[in-house]
Amino acid sequence: MEKTTQQKAMRKFTKICDIVNQYNRDKSKLIPILQKVQDEYRYLPEEVLTFVATTLNIPPATVYGVATFYAHFTLSPRGKYVIRICDGTACHVKGSNKLLETLREKLNLKDKNTTTSDMLFTLETVSCLGACGLAPVLVINDVVHGQVTREKAIKLIDEIIEKENKNAG
Amino acid sequence: MEKKVILIKDTGFKSDTTRDIQSLFLKAIRDIGAEESIQIVRAADLGIYNQGVVVKILPDNTVYTHINSDNIDQIVKAVHKGEVLENLLLKDRVEQTRIVLRNCGVIDPENIEEYFSKGGYTSIAKCLFDLTPAKVIKEMKKSGLRGRGGAGFPTWMKWSFAANSFGDEKYVICNADEGDPGAYMDRSVLEGDPHSVIEGMTIAGYAIGAKHGYFYIRAEYPLAIERVENALKQAYERGLLGKNILGSDFSFDLEIRLGAGAFVCGEETALIASIEGKRGTPNPRPPYPTDSGLWKKPSIINNVETLANISAIFQKGGDWFSSIGTEKSKGTKVFAVTGKVKNSGLVEIAMGTSIKDIVYNIGGGVLNEKQLVAVQTGGPSGGVIPKKHLDTPVSYEHLQELGSIMGSGGMIVMDEDDCMVDISKFYLKFCVDESCGKCAPCRIGGYQMLSILNKISEGEGELEDMDKLHRISQAMQKASLCALGQTAPNPVISTLRYFEDEYKQHIIDKKCRAGKCSKLIQYTINPDKCKRCRLCVTNCPVSAITGDREHGYTIDQEKCIRCGRCFEVCKFEAIARV
Repeated sequence: MEKTTQQKAMRKFTKICDIVNQYNRDKSKLIPILQKVQDEYRYLPEEVLTFVATTLNIPPATVYGVATFYAHFTLSPRGKYVIRICDGTACHVKGSNKLLETLREKLNLKDKNTTTSDMLFTLETVSCLGACGLAPVLVINDVVHGQVTREKAIKLIDEIIEKENKNAG
Repeated sequence: MEKKVILIKDTGFKSDTTRDIQSLFLKAIRDIGAEESIQIVRAADLGIYNQGVVVKILPDNTVYTHINSDNIDQIVKAVHKGEVLENLLLKDRVEQTRIVLRNCGVIDPENIEEYFSKGGYTSIAKCLFDLTPAKVIKEMKKSGLRGRGGAGFPTWMKWSFAANSFGDEKYVICNADEGDPGAYMDRSVLEGDPHSVIEGMTIAGYAIGAKHGYFYIRAEYPLAIERVENALKQAYERGLLGKNILGSDFSFDLEIRLGAGAFVCGEETALIASIEGKRGTPNPRPPYPTDSGLWKKPSIINNVETLANISAIFQKGGDWFSSIGTEKSKGTKVFAVTGKVKNSGLVEIAMGTSIKDIVYNIGGGVLNEKQLVAVQTGGPSGGVIPKKHLDTPVSYEHLQELGSIMGSGGMIVMDEDDCMVDISKFYLKFCVDESCGKCAPCRIGGYQMLSILNKISEGEGELEDMDKLHRISQAMQKASLCALGQTAPNPVISTLRYFEDEYKQHIIDKKCRAGKCSKLIQYTINPDKCKRCRLCVTNCPVSAITGDREHGYTIDQEKCIRCGRCFEVCKFEAIARV
């Protein structure tokens, strides 16, 4: 059992080594490296940040500083479906706030939680996606849905839940 | 017979609908055996919105709107026979002047040949073989082009500073970190005409003596990134980038860097820090990037829209460009007209066109026949322009006089349902969220202003709060390190200037005219109009509506969260908002 965990950890770091090598261990490429790592894991685990810092020969604090500065990087695991509601001006005046309220309620997200307890959904807002002609807009894992109403938003979630249930059962 | 092309408007994203429509068109063409004479192309942006699926037929420039699976056969047959379908035609709109968007929606952005057919890459050839770098800058000076990223700094001047800077290595950076909420012209240009930006950057590189350049693109724009990558590959294959371009002595390389979601990285020095792999915080200027920029080498940073103008300037000459526009603002500007407007979309107009023409003649007026209250320009760094100033011509100077700015070109139309306190709160919150926290005026000032605005919108405001807002604004404008903090108070200042009454209404009368500030409104049911349909009861998320069919229904004000759901669903206007 112990061995498999260790093997897993080794594999984890091989992947990161590949990514870091792809960028010639160049510390100026830290941001693209972190972007690639996050594509791989959907978030940036702390031990990975430390590992990246060591391989690039820079202080872990620097890597942590960069990872926490940019909105795209996240240090906690995210759900399988990431729902991003655009809160640009056009979407704001066309009611993006109400969409957010509706979905928080629908997904039963309390307080400052953004991810559902079953790790299926993460709900966040994003500043302008540049699709203002389609406002209000929400994006589920890179698929854009325009002119979303409360009803449409709820339907989208229900469809995903149904699909997941089917796959599971 | 001339080959016809059907352009399908891409939503700008990898949308399934566009693909379905495309395959239906392909099928319809196959059905009548017209594969040889009709071609289908997905175009990034035709500049037409809220018209359903739109197609444009070339070379006739016929535009059909509201396309669905039923009329595709009909269209294909008409195109094949050279007929026009009157019932599907787009209604006439005021002519725009297209320089930046000249190729968007006209050529296939994934095919360099089509860019060649529009005179693409002739400008770089002309610069390399007929003009010295000094003459290139002279031509730019003649054109009068000013930076389209917001501040309007003369482009030739920036170039000549960098050209005269001492250094063996210099850099050209394309700022495609389009972060202003409500502006998306840079995305459309990169998606619709990436080669024009590449050509512009190469010319800039030649003019200042740079061998290397970077595209800094927002990661939120996946299609733009894909199209630029593809365009770079094609340009390298044709010898338009890389070593000894077109056989000359000039070599130039370009690579892409992706933004990681920080608005402040649109600021020059922060953008440079981000490319260097650091936290994107700004640095004090001077030294300016033209002296000491990326890797401490002289660098110029130009916006996408600015760069897209350059090849056009060298095709037609600086004098031609300066003949368009006003005395101090030359050329055209692209605006993203959105919000409560009928035809939202990208609009490119000659400088000097009035805001009214943009909103009413091109934009088709206000949605749902409501009253226009204000137009916001310049995003979170700009301000509102009230209805009485709508005749103002668009130019850097005129907008500044009104307390707004040109900015990157967002133009948001607001109607009677928009609350000005809410709008300034929205923009300020954006700046507070995006403030990098390096300097105190921006970090603390923004936060304090936001808490005052929150107080006002909750009905807890006092009259002296308005003075406080002014005082903090001044401190932020004077003492912040970069443009983000210096301009963050602009929306507040301009709404205070034009809509003081609305602030006072919130403070003294505790009322919100637009019904946006939820703490200041109440929903009640008018028993005379209520038909007892129970629609509000079933829709209320907190079960605040009680009663029965016989005695009617009432809203429990204690329980009500003022979400407005009942107000929206009621079919009989029986719910009143006071």
